[in-house]
Amino acid sequence: MFEIFGIPSQALFGQLLLGLINGSFYALLSLGLAVIFGMLNIINFTHGAQYMMGAFVAWFLLQHFGLGYWWSLVIVPIVVGFTGVVVERLFLQRLYKLDHLYGLLLTFGLALIIQGVFRNYFGSSGLPYQMPQSLTGGQNLGFMFLPNYRVWVIVFSLTICLTTWFVIERTRLGANLRAATENPTLVRAFGINVPRMITLTYGFGVGLAALAGVMAAPIYNVNPLMGADLIIVVFAVVVIGGMGSIMGAIVTGFTLGIVEGLTKVFFPEASNTVIFVIMAIVLLIRPAGLFGRTA
Amino acid sequence: MLDTRMPLLSVNDLQAWYGESHILHGVNFDIFPGEVVTLLGRNGAGKTTTLKSIMGIVGQRTGSVRFDNQELIGKTSDKIARAGIAFCPEERGIFASLNVEENLLLPPQIRSGGLSLEQIFTLFPNLKERLGSSQGTKLSGGEQQMLAIGRILRTGARLLLLDEPTEGLAPVIIQQIGKTIKTLKAQGFTILLVEQNFRFASTVADRYYIMEHGKVVERFENSELDAKTETLHEYLGV
Repeated sequence: MFEIFGIPSQALFGQLLLGLINGSFYALLSLGLAVIFGMLNIINFTHGAQYMMGAFVAWFLLQHFGLGYWWSLVIVPIVVGFTGVVVERLFLQRLYKLDHLYGLLLTFGLALIIQGVFRNYFGSSGLPYQMPQSLTGGQNLGFMFLPNYRVWVIVFSLTICLTTWFVIERTRLGANLRAATENPTLVRAFGINVPRMITLTYGFGVGLAALAGVMAAPIYNVNPLMGADLIIVVFAVVVIGGMGSIMGAIVTGFTLGIVEGLTKVFFPEASNTVIFVIMAIVLLIRPAGLFGRTA
Repeated sequence: MLDTRMPLLSVNDLQAWYGESHILHGVNFDIFPGEVVTLLGRNGAGKTTTLKSIMGIVGQRTGSVRFDNQELIGKTSDKIARAGIAFCPEERGIFASLNVEENLLLPPQIRSGGLSLEQIFTLFPNLKERLGSSQGTKLSGGEQQMLAIGRILRTGARLLLLDEPTEGLAPVIIQQIGKTIKTLKAQGFTILLVEQNFRFASTVADRYYIMEHGKVVERFENSELDAKTETLHEYLGV
């Protein structure tokens, strides 16, 4: 045990770790939002509900099919991503030529409906979800205790984020996506099925939210409102990073998680508002966000 | 005037609208395999809209566009591209978020018979040097035009629609593009060219159609050029 700036190391590193965990979720969720916004021009307010659905589907797979965490990591993003594909085909594709507001209203309404339905069936007290056996326990590093599951969340989320970034920024598929973001009409006139690409992009973004939901299930309770609480912060993260910037979403997500954690140590009163204060400052100085391209 | 061959592209009574405004009022023309055909006309005559209507990227269109025995009206632009038509837009359409190589490789190969990268670099040696360049839009205007033409040669499309490929370019680059069009013709490509630059068009085209007010009003072969100079000046106001 030692002290840093008069703070016990245990508390400092504990909050840093918590910050990184929150940051992992911020990054995964804002990444999905950035991917969706880039391609669809839609601000996906359903994202929090889709994250919650991810946790619930994982819970459901375990309860009714005995399929555990590792299966859920694979199955849940596909199942929830597919519901995203249906939503895109049924509703969102009708909105692309309209103002942002319509997409926002539709996805916000959808989020309320989904949350309402889940609350109706499962109440709002929350359901427990077992941590996988292999990730229980932790390491005692001397200056702090490091739970295995949390390390896994950070490493896995970082891997997913960087893989997504790589695919979008460095591969042929990603080049198609970037080009279609810039000029969908011309890309389609080259023989690429842009509408299908848009549908799959939305499905992928939703799948990322669901994956975050699975990862969150053992840490937080599985609760119909778990996404609603988180998504407000995630939107602040997206605004700070810059709408539609992939690397911006990842870096800002992790950084703000850490900033929030450190604030809890040094000035706990501000920990709930620090992200929004940063957002206000960023909006004043760089309205397009830290990593955003000024239009 | 009678041609017994089957046209590769046959446009009949093509009408097109942008929102409320009616732009094309019944366009008719044919292109035969291996030809270079030029649409001439003043600004706003409907030349670019004709190309876009063939490609399926205007709001609404009626009439008939037959290509290689398929009707293209009613098809989406990705299906039209896959039928074997490639489009090089007037604004060139180089993507800022893609590097030069990504821009070059963007259009998918729709069938065999396209040019290899080596052949494209033989036509446009500048492109090979700029391949490592970061952003497609950092190239000079001429290089961007070469990139815009080069990338559609890979696809295996048999009909190329080129919208004012010489616009705003230096004479030496215009010459290079003229040479390229002749080479492509020699290799069997069919080309529909939209040009304001009549002098350039006269060096490459087999046939001309003059457009005015959304219609084709005159048609003549390259051999009739001298006899038609008067008429041309009247229509183009040059």
